[in-house]
Amino acid sequence: MTRPPTLLEMRSITKTFPGVRALADVSLVVAEGEIHAICGENGAGKSTLMKVLSGVHPHGSYTGDIVYRGENVQFHDIRASEQAGIVIIHQELALVPGMSITENLFLGNEPRRRGSIDWKTAQRRALELMEQVGLHEDPDTLIKDIGVGKQQLVEIAKAFAKDVKLLILDEPTAALNEADSQHLLDLLRGFRERGITSIIISHKLNEIEAVADTITILRDGRTIESLDVRADGVNEDRIVQGMVGRELNSRFPDHTPDIGEVFFEVRDWTVKHPSSEDRLVCKGSGFTVRRGEIVGFAGLMGAGRTELAMSLFGRSYGHYVSGQVFKDGREIQLKSVPDAIRNGLAYVSEDRKSIGLNLLDDIKTSMVAAKLSKIARRRVVDPVREHRVAEEYRQSLRIKTPSVDEGVVKLSGGNQQKVVLAKWMFTDPDLLILDEPTRGIDVGAKYEIYGIIQRLVDQGKGVIVISSELPELIGLCDRIYTVFEGAITGEVTRQDANPELLMKKMTSLTKTATP
Amino acid sequence: MSRITDLQKNLFGGTTSNARQFGMISTLVAIVLLFQIWTGGLTLTSGNLIAVVSQYSYILILAIGMLMVIVAGHIDLSVGSVAAFTGIVVAKAMQEYSIPWPLGIVLGLLVGAVIGAWQGFWVAYVGVPAFIVTLAGMLLFRGGNQYIGNADTVPVPLGFRDIGAGFLPEVGPDTGYNNLTLLLGLLACLGVVAREFKARQTRREMNADAAPLWVTGIRLAVMVGVIVFATLRFAGGRIGTSVPISGIILIVLVLAYSYYTRNTIGGRHIYAVGGNARAAELSGVKLKRVNFLVMMNMSVLAALAGMIFVARSAASGPQDGLSWELDAIAAVFIGGAAVSGGLGTISGSIVGGLVMALLNNGLQLEGVGSDMVQIIKGLVLLLAVAFDVYSKKQGRFSIIGALARPFQRDQADTSAEPPKTATDTDTDKAQVAG
Repeated sequence: MTRPPTLLEMRSITKTFPGVRALADVSLVVAEGEIHAICGENGAGKSTLMKVLSGVHPHGSYTGDIVYRGENVQFHDIRASEQAGIVIIHQELALVPGMSITENLFLGNEPRRRGSIDWKTAQRRALELMEQVGLHEDPDTLIKDIGVGKQQLVEIAKAFAKDVKLLILDEPTAALNEADSQHLLDLLRGFRERGITSIIISHKLNEIEAVADTITILRDGRTIESLDVRADGVNEDRIVQGMVGRELNSRFPDHTPDIGEVFFEVRDWTVKHPSSEDRLVCKGSGFTVRRGEIVGFAGLMGAGRTELAMSLFGRSYGHYVSGQVFKDGREIQLKSVPDAIRNGLAYVSEDRKSIGLNLLDDIKTSMVAAKLSKIARRRVVDPVREHRVAEEYRQSLRIKTPSVDEGVVKLSGGNQQKVVLAKWMFTDPDLLILDEPTRGIDVGAKYEIYGIIQRLVDQGKGVIVISSELPELIGLCDRIYTVFEGAITGEVTRQDANPELLMKKMTSLTKTATP
Repeated sequence: MSRITDLQKNLFGGTTSNARQFGMISTLVAIVLLFQIWTGGLTLTSGNLIAVVSQYSYILILAIGMLMVIVAGHIDLSVGSVAAFTGIVVAKAMQEYSIPWPLGIVLGLLVGAVIGAWQGFWVAYVGVPAFIVTLAGMLLFRGGNQYIGNADTVPVPLGFRDIGAGFLPEVGPDTGYNNLTLLLGLLACLGVVAREFKARQTRREMNADAAPLWVTGIRLAVMVGVIVFATLRFAGGRIGTSVPISGIILIVLVLAYSYYTRNTIGGRHIYAVGGNARAAELSGVKLKRVNFLVMMNMSVLAALAGMIFVARSAASGPQDGLSWELDAIAAVFIGGAAVSGGLGTISGSIVGGLVMALLNNGLQLEGVGSDMVQIIKGLVLLLAVAFDVYSKKQGRFSIIGALARPFQRDQADTSAEPPKTATDTDTDKAQVAG
C-alpha cells in the first residue's frame, strides 16, 4: 500500500507557558484523507498542540514549523487557519442556544444580499449542509431544543460551511451516548471517503481503535510514537501502554468484594419532570444496595439515571410523586439535601464544574463544604481542623497539589474529582452515589478513582456508580441495574454482565428481572 | 513562595483576595498622602478626620450589608429609600407619639427588619431577581417616605441626635486628650497584637511555616503605628469632640460582620451561594434561607444608617438617602468584590468606602465642585474594576505580583499544569440528564 501524500506536518513544535513547557519538540504527520487520532493523558499537550495548529497560539509564540499542503504556514489567529481550511471543533460547543440551526450555521458568515442577510439562501444552504452530516431537523429549530449529539452535528455542518479540508475534533463524543457516538464515527468514515482529513482527540480508546488510521501518542508534551492502525495490529492495551508509559495489566485494581446485607432500599420511586407536568422521569423505580457493594446504573444518555439519583438526594430534581426509601430497615424521609446528608447519603454529580464545586474556592474549603459543622465549634469554623482534614485527604487520595490552599480551578480534572470525592467522604456517608465519576479524566486517574471506590465499599459503605461507559460498569460493579426511559429494566450480576446483554436491556422496556 | 509574595501575603492576611486588598490599601494611602500634600496638611487634622468619619459612617455601614448582598450574587438598590423611610417613621413616631428615643431606635430596626423580610421574601422564596425587587423597593419606600412625611422635614429630639452627631464623653483626669478614645486606641493595639499571635499559633498548629518574625514585626509596627496616630488625632481634637458615636457603631459592626463572614458557617454559606448556588444547594446549604437573611440584613443595616443620618442632620427629610445605594455599591466593587458574586471581603469594602470618602473629602477641601467630584469618582470606580478585570485576564493578581514574578523560582510546581492546558479534556459539558 503506498502511503498517501502528507497533508500536514508539524515539525519539532515547542511551546512554553510561564514556568511550564507544554510541548517539547513535538512532531505530527497527518496524511491526506486519513483519520488521525491523538491520544494522551490529560495535560499531555494534545489541546495545546491543536491550539498551535489552529492559530489560537499564534505564530511566534511557539518554535517549530507547520507545513500544510506543502507550504510553510504561519497562522496568526483562528481566522487565518480557517481560511486555509483547518477547522477545530472544541469540546465546548460554540453555539448560541437561543438561535436556530440556520442562524448558528452562518453566524459571523451570513450570506448577504444588498447589505441584509439573505435568509432564503441561508436556509437552502443550511439544508444542504445538514444533509451532509446526516442531520434531519427543521433548520428553524432552536439549538437548545435539540440534543447534544445533534448540536455536535451542527458544529460539524458549520465547519463545512467554511469549506473544511482538515477537521479537528476535540473530544467529540465525550458527552454523546453510544448511538450518537456511533453516528458521529460513521460520519467521520464518510468524510474519509470524500477525502476530508480528520484529527480526533479522544479518551475513548475503543472508538479510536475502531475509527482511526493512524494514532499519535503524546505524553508529557512529547511525541511518544505514531502507530499505524492498519499495519501494526494496534489494540486498546497497546495505546494505553503508550499513553502511560508502562504496561497496564488491568484497567481496574484487584478487589475481592465483601458484600453484606441489604441496607438501602428504594421502592416505587416516581418523579415528575420539573417543567412538563405529564412527563415522568422516574417510573416506579425500585432497587437495593448492600453493604460493601458497588452497584452500577447503566443507561443511555437521558434514560433518567441522573434524575433518579438527584431526586433521591433530597428531591434535588423534579417533583416527587411517590416512593419510599428504607435504610437499615427503617423508612427515612429525604425531603431536602440536609435531610439526605444527615441520613448518610452523598451525591457526587456528573458535572463537577457547574454543580459539583464552587470554582472560586480553594481545595480545603471545597472539601469541608458539605459538612461544615464537623469542623466547627458553636457555628465557628476552626481553621486548624479544616486544614488538618484537607491535608489528610490530600495524602490519602493522592491529590497532586503543592498545598490545600490552592484554588480548585488550578487542578486537573482527575484531581478535581478527587476533591469532590473527599468532600463527600467527609460527610461520613453510608451510601455514595457517584454520577459519571470518571468522565473526562485520564486513564491513570481513573484507576486511582476505582481504587478509592473499592476502599469505600471495603469500609462497609454502599456505592452506586452511574456511568455511560459499559466496560467501566462491568469492570467495577458487583451488580448493575439497567435504566431505560425512567424505568429500571433489568438487574445483572457481575458474573453475567457483558456489554451486549446490558445494551439490550438498556434499550428495551421488556422487564426481565426486577427486584 | 518568594520573599516578596511572602511579605505581601503575610502583611495583608491570608485570603485569596489579599493581593487585591493590598492594591486598595496602597491606593488609600496614596490618596491620603496626595491630599495631605495638596491641601497643605488639612486632610489629616483632627477636625477633618472626625468630620470624615461622621459624614461617611452610614455609607460604610451600608457597604457592610451590600458586600454580603453582592457576595451572595444579588444587589440592593433600595437602601437609600429604606433608610429614608425608616428615618421618617422614627422621626414621626418620636414627634407625634413622643415615644422615647431608645424605643425609637428599636422601632427603626424593626421597620428595617420588616422591610427586609418583605424584600427577602420576593427574592428568596418567589425568585424575583433582587435587582427588580429592590428597584421596586426603591420607588416604594421613597414614595412611602414622602407619603408619611408629607414631603416635609421632621425634626428629631436631642437624645436621638447622639447616634449621629454625638461623641465619646470626656471622663477622668485632664490629659489634654479624650480619655475614652485613648482607652479605645489602647484596646485596639492590644487586640491587633493578640490577633497576630493567635494567627501565628494557628499557622503553627497547621504545621505551616508561620511568617518570619521580622515580617510579623513590620506588620505589627505598621498597624500599631496607624492606630496610635489615629487615636491621637481623634482624641486630640477640639474639646468635646472625639471618635463620633456613629464611628464606634461602625467599628463594632465591621468587627462583628468580618468575624461572621470569615469564621462562621453562616458566613461560609453566603460565599458558597454566591460562588455556585447549585453546588451550594447540593452541599446542603439552605439557599432560600441564606438569600432571605442576606436581603433582610441589608435592610436592617439600611434602617440603622438612615437613623444615624437623620440623627446627624437633626431632622428627617424627603431627600435623605438619595443615591446612597450607588455609593455603597461603588465601595464594595472598589473594595474588590466580584460582580458575579462569591468574592469580596468586609474589610475590602470598608477600604473601598474610605477611598471614596477621602476622595470626596479631599476634593471638597480643595473646593472642587460637585460636578468634578462626581466625574472623578466615576472614573475611580471604573478604573478600579477595570484594573481588577485586566489583572484577572492576565492571570496575575496585582502589580506587586507582576513585579515579583521574575523572582519566583517555584512557579512551575505551584501550578501543576499551565492554566491553558488544565482545561484540556476535563471541560465537561453541562447536561441535566444522564
